[in-house]
Amino acid sequence: MTDITNTPTSEYDAQLGDYFALLKPRVMSLVVFTAFVGLLAAPVSVNPVIGFCAILFIAIGGGASGALNMWWDADIDAVMRRTRGRPIPSGRVQPGEALTLGVALSGLSVMMLALATNLLAGGMLLFTILFYAVFYTMWLKRLTPQNIVIGGAAGAFPPVIGWVAATGSFSVEAWLMFALIFMWTPPHFWALALFMRSDYDDAKVPMLTVTHGRPATRLHIFVYTVLLAALAIGTAFTAIGGIFYFAVALVLNAAFLLGAYRIWNRDEVMAEGDDYAEERKFFRLSLAYLFLHFGAILGEAALRTFGLGGW
Amino acid sequence: MGIRPEHELHNRRRGRNIGVGLMLGAFVVLIMALTYVKITQTDFELPPEQREVTQ
Repeated sequence: MTDITNTPTSEYDAQLGDYFALLKPRVMSLVVFTAFVGLLAAPVSVNPVIGFCAILFIAIGGGASGALNMWWDADIDAVMRRTRGRPIPSGRVQPGEALTLGVALSGLSVMMLALATNLLAGGMLLFTILFYAVFYTMWLKRLTPQNIVIGGAAGAFPPVIGWVAATGSFSVEAWLMFALIFMWTPPHFWALALFMRSDYDDAKVPMLTVTHGRPATRLHIFVYTVLLAALAIGTAFTAIGGIFYFAVALVLNAAFLLGAYRIWNRDEVMAEGDDYAEERKFFRLSLAYLFLHFGAILGEAALRTFGLGGW
Repeated sequence: MGIRPEHELHNRRRGRNIGVGLMLGAFVVLIMALTYVKITQTDFELPPEQREVTQ
């Protein structure tokens, strides 16, 4: 029989906040918001309790994949300035605890989402967790400079899961929301990689900036932004779009395209001259860009309930 | 064996334990609410083997 007084104790006991940090709360807030929009943009009414459960378990599933990512990537997180304060590299949480938490919350969230909504939504959440934790984190992240593109796909699933939780099936509109996040992620992260200069080099993660150079990354940002703008504006003419969304998308994409064009037209000397001001500005704009696009989709859904919205 | 004074570990982990307890409590309440909503929905159906028993 074991006695609790015999349990070896470390100098620091992980607090709830440390475990919560393993779930990547900032990424989780994006997951919650986009899943919420996916759920409400769907053309069916959802019971508020079921809707709340759906968002909660999608968020927990997203957090679980974040914990698995932190468990696997602890070695490179310790090298990068941006991530060395995370719970595992800073010693606040043991790697085994992160793995256990990730696996347990994955199982719980998938099972509960399937029970609360439908099997397809649960299956989609399981696929997303495996896609992010195994396919992206364990396999492709350290293998290919297209890692961000693939990782973006994992982050793009939440609105689809929200939609499927509400309707029980897929549709073009759900995949348009997926495509919006999927196309947005590369320019967002490549802008970050441009001004977090040495981080990815030090960690030997094959980011585009390291493998193909910074001018190629600038061109990639511009090309992806052009494609994203076409997609984002085109979404206005679908069932989830409308005049309000169109106006928002027009303004945001004009600003985003201008930012991407400026980044493309700069070289490292110019960027270092103003400490990557354009790249930082573009990165900040990208956060507002995604939030406001999904906000506009939500706005259209709200307008439709009053018989407005659409064209 | 009688009740022993609390180990310092209990004090150190108090916040964490209270937090876990509250989360488990909230989870139970959530499951109750979800169950209530599910069984009061109009499309709720008992499994066939239970239907025979209740008829």
